[in-house]
Amino acid sequence: MDKFSKLFADILKLWGKYGGSYLTGMRNTLVLALVGTVIGCIIGFVCGVLNTIPYTERDPLPKRIILKLVRVIVRVYVEVFRGTPMVLQAVFIYYGLPYFTDNAVKFTNIWLAAMIVVSINTGAYMAESVRGGIISIDPGQTEGAKAIGMTHVQTMLNVILPQALRNIMPQIGNNFIINVKDTSVMFIIGFPDFFAAHRAAVGASYLYFPSASVEMVGYLTMTLIASFLLRWVEKRLDGSSDYELVQTDQLTMTAGTYNHPNKGTPFDEHSLEYKEERRKRCGKGGR
Amino acid sequence: MADMILQVNHLSKSFGSHEVLRDIDFTVKKGDVTSIIGASGSGKSTLLRCINLLEIPTSGQILYHGQNVAARGVKAPEYRSHVGMVFQSFNLFNNMTVLENCIVGQVKVLKRSREEARQHALQYLEKVGMTPYINARPRQISGGQKQRVAIARALAMDPEVLLFDEPTSALDPEMVGEVLSVMRSLAQEGMTMLVVTHEMAFARDVSNHVVYMNQGVICEEGAPADLFGNPQKQETRDFLSRFRST
Repeated sequence: MDKFSKLFADILKLWGKYGGSYLTGMRNTLVLALVGTVIGCIIGFVCGVLNTIPYTERDPLPKRIILKLVRVIVRVYVEVFRGTPMVLQAVFIYYGLPYFTDNAVKFTNIWLAAMIVVSINTGAYMAESVRGGIISIDPGQTEGAKAIGMTHVQTMLNVILPQALRNIMPQIGNNFIINVKDTSVMFIIGFPDFFAAHRAAVGASYLYFPSASVEMVGYLTMTLIASFLLRWVEKRLDGSSDYELVQTDQLTMTAGTYNHPNKGTPFDEHSLEYKEERRKRCGKGGR
Repeated sequence: MADMILQVNHLSKSFGSHEVLRDIDFTVKKGDVTSIIGASGSGKSTLLRCINLLEIPTSGQILYHGQNVAARGVKAPEYRSHVGMVFQSFNLFNNMTVLENCIVGQVKVLKRSREEARQHALQYLEKVGMTPYINARPRQISGGQKQRVAIARALAMDPEVLLFDEPTSALDPEMVGEVLSVMRSLAQEGMTMLVVTHEMAFARDVSNHVVYMNQGVICEEGAPADLFGNPQKQETRDFLSRFRST
């Protein structure tokens, strides 16, 4: 028991001294993860869309060659950045650029370097998620859109991508949470994230375990809040499960649509009016 | 021949080595209601999908007002906007409400203003009796209602000819009637229609031309009274007798 109280005291001591740098680290981690995920998603969408442009042997040869080339490029990008550790990618890009240009080109802004690495890495994962999201949409949706004369681009923008986006929301959330945790490797290029705050704190205080406890709780708090927010966004995207029947002139209703206006339809239970009515009735009838 | 809308010449379609359609010839004139009947797998749906270029014919021509749309380099979307299609599985856009389903094509493809498209969509939704449900989403309405919306969506594009690919086959029996009655009233208003169907009563009573397909070829065609009353070919008689007995 006294071990716990010692731990608690150590944590308080750490927080008193380094609380500010922990909090700054958390903010930096969240900003980096958020920006990296957003830009990564954009890269992923572009790659996923480019990768699923259909072509047939009826299309002209140049178009087919270009599309094939695009697919190969996207494939190489995905395989390389999905197949190597982000910590190495960071080192590779951060030190590789000055190495090859004799220090002519180098990252003067650590934020820029970190964001590029995280974005490119996330983009590689998202490219595959988006591709999966697009091919998971029922082909009937594409045919329905084609049948009213939509082009491929119109079909994608209006019909397929909105549905694909909804389907890959859990994947985007996954990536964001992974990024919150995995940006901890960015200390390797000196990015001041939450984990870097830990390294700084223990370097001075040698309180390894108490600081690690702070980190654990901190990361878990960030990811739990993120999960909660993502669920909320998903719910918003789903829209209301209710809808209201539009009241119209009963004489214009086609026979068979309604049996009788007062009888309503099986969907009336979803309508707000019905709920209102039921609430009133229950309020009166019940105790 | 000014009222000739579609003319199919020597159309063939193969999937690999399997020849689904062989040397199909037929025409659709303005105001025609043509029913295509035949057993499952006889190529009816493939024929309809070829006409809308959802499948690319292996050989042959599809002349739309004299222009071969099956040729290379033809802009399929432009052509499809003149030829409506109603699918067996409805294919309503799941991310939109009933009303948006009927508006989106008009705005994006025909470049109508949103308000004009809305008025137009409402007009056709009223015709199919779906006005009360314009704010519902496809997942919230029944199969018969979905199909009526799909018809309204196709009509809102003001197509010259409307293709129906087994529009009632995926419906519960009690919902077939509401869709057929919409189609019946369209036929009476002079809409040009090409209907792949298993509803023999519809083919007999509503259409003015019936095509019987068997194993990828047009086996027999003619006026409904002739084809149903006095079929010339043995295959047609066999096919029709299966329906009479049930």
